[in-house]
Amino acid sequence: MMQRERSQYIDSTREFEEMLKTSGEQHYVLRLYVTGTTLRSAKAIETIRALCDDYLAGHYELTVVDIYQQPTAVQADQIIAAPTLVKSEPLPHKRLIGDLSDRDRILVGLDLSHETLEHGEDDE
Amino acid sequence: MAKVKKSLPVLKKAPTGIDGFDQITNGGVPQGRPTLVCGSAGCGKSLFAVEFLIRGAMEFGEPGVLMTFEETADDIRKNVASLGFDVDKLIAEKKLVIDHVKVDRAEIEENGEYDLEGLFIRLGYAIQSIGAKRVVLDTIETLFSGLSNQAVLRSELRRLFYWLKERGMTTVITGERGEGQLTRQGLEEYVSDCVILLDHRVIGQISTRRLRVVKYRGTTHGTNEYPFLIDEEGISVLPITASGLDYEVSNERISSGVDGLDEMLGGDGYYRGSTVLLSGTAGTGKSSVAAQLARATCARGERCMYFSFEESPAQIQRNMRSIGVDLAPYVKKGTLEFHSTRPTVFGLEMHLVRMHKLIEDFQPSVVIIDPVSNMQNAGTLEESTNMLIRMVDYLRKNNILGFMVSLSGGGKAVEATEEGLSSIVDTWLLLRDVETNGERNRLLYILKSRGMAHSNQVREFLITSQGLKLVEAYLGAEGVLTGSARVAQEARNAKDLRKTEDEVARKKLAYEHRRRATEAQIEALRAGLMAEEEEFLRAVEAEQARLQRISTDREAMSRSRGLASESTAPKRRR
Repeated sequence: MMQRERSQYIDSTREFEEMLKTSGEQHYVLRLYVTGTTLRSAKAIETIRALCDDYLAGHYELTVVDIYQQPTAVQADQIIAAPTLVKSEPLPHKRLIGDLSDRDRILVGLDLSHETLEHGEDDE
Repeated sequence: MAKVKKSLPVLKKAPTGIDGFDQITNGGVPQGRPTLVCGSAGCGKSLFAVEFLIRGAMEFGEPGVLMTFEETADDIRKNVASLGFDVDKLIAEKKLVIDHVKVDRAEIEENGEYDLEGLFIRLGYAIQSIGAKRVVLDTIETLFSGLSNQAVLRSELRRLFYWLKERGMTTVITGERGEGQLTRQGLEEYVSDCVILLDHRVIGQISTRRLRVVKYRGTTHGTNEYPFLIDEEGISVLPITASGLDYEVSNERISSGVDGLDEMLGGDGYYRGSTVLLSGTAGTGKSSVAAQLARATCARGERCMYFSFEESPAQIQRNMRSIGVDLAPYVKKGTLEFHSTRPTVFGLEMHLVRMHKLIEDFQPSVVIIDPVSNMQNAGTLEESTNMLIRMVDYLRKNNILGFMVSLSGGGKAVEATEEGLSSIVDTWLLLRDVETNGERNRLLYILKSRGMAHSNQVREFLITSQGLKLVEAYLGAEGVLTGSARVAQEARNAKDLRKTEDEVARKKLAYEHRRRATEAQIEALRAGLMAEEEEFLRAVEAEQARLQRISTDREAMSRSRGLASESTAPKRRR
């Protein structure tokens, strides 16, 4: 997949967009902090898993943290609300608070532009 | 009845350890309940909260959790290091946990439903890790700027307060003051059991910090505004008891340091713990009287504190040396302390708090305030009167002699002080100057002195290089004679006295002469008498001798007639 993309370099604009894409395809480190098995937690987990599979397949790392089980992680990651999705890589840091019910806003929040989506769809 | 009363549950209070605050609230903040400390920026609310926590950990064995939303742990550490608190040590000893909650709006995006469970877990974990009893949340409204779902925040914070209450945490939350209400969100004051309002007001370019307990469920509390101070030892609140007229009084006397003055005050000076006001116009030597008192106090081995609002300590000492009062040794020894400030440096309340603190630390037996009259520069006349009355109350309660110097303005009645202090002082000395014969002389008299026989006389008050002297003033036809007039009168009197003495001597001499003359006469008469007596005796003798001779002659005649034996019979018959 990567090689196919590289071969498509044509002009500088295209190159720039490609670079954006490759940066977008950089390794994503996501952590989702949830509170046990509440409805809200389940919904958030489900949403983000689906979304990651759709957009970041192969280059993401999603950890689901139950804050009841790991209270120390809460302080370290400056969590106040639950559920919270923390994107620590790539920069900038971002945290999405809530049960992630708005899919479009997650994409904006995670810097996953629609081009990536289109590209992903092209892929299939 | 009493038993029933005793068994009623009394609201437990957690001492804050903040100077004076526990007195106002009769014990501190409500234990196991939330307390809101609110105020505008820079009013000291965070410091209040942090001090509550640290003192709780250090002095009352109650570990605490500080959840800070604004400052980092490092900031807090630095801030309180200046107050002498070692945060690191407390953290190492597991007495304190600082958790900085970062709420960065730029990073956060809201997406759907959420709760603040993360905050609860953090707090719960921190509390559990050290067995905390106290919690500080500084300032939760930061959450409102970071998160936009007001409904969730409000219900979650409400839940947080109940959660803390359930766990029996004595909580202090801070809140920025909002418009028309105590906090911006108008939430904290309703869920808190105690609300403390801090205020930082500037009146006439002078700022004063004040504290007021707005609400305190289930207990009585002082409702006044209390001034407070933030200094190198943290916050001190000044508990001004509304009417502290229940102090003990002392019968002990303290020398005024001026011999003549002690005599005027019944011979022993002022009462210990009383209040003395010395008023007078400019240049009448008020400060000198104060300095003499300071010296006398220190010479007795007691402590004296001198608050000066006009002169610097060095200036006072130099000036007093010129009249033979050397205060430097006592300053060096530490029994005399000078504190010089301009009245306008800070507000009256601050002055009061500061003076309280200094007095508390130094424990003097005499406090001199020189002068009280310019205190109103730092506020209004009414305020300065109030402040001084409270000062007097405080001094009396602590059995400290308060010596207040007041400058009375020229042209005004000297018997009225501007400060309206006249009725609260125990002893009132008045210094005034009289201008006669081209010179100005000082007079001192006692306007009043409660509870002691005192002189009603006006004395002339001399400032000499050996200190102060009180000289009995002469009362002449034109009034009191002072200065050169008095000296002239003294000379005249001395002359008169001499004249009288001469007269007496002369009279005595004359009498002596007369006595001697009389005695001589008596002698002469006696001599004459003796001569007469002698003469008389001699005459008696001569007569007797003559009679003897006659009888002898007759015997001799009869014998010669031969009728010596019978001669007597015919003679008798005859």
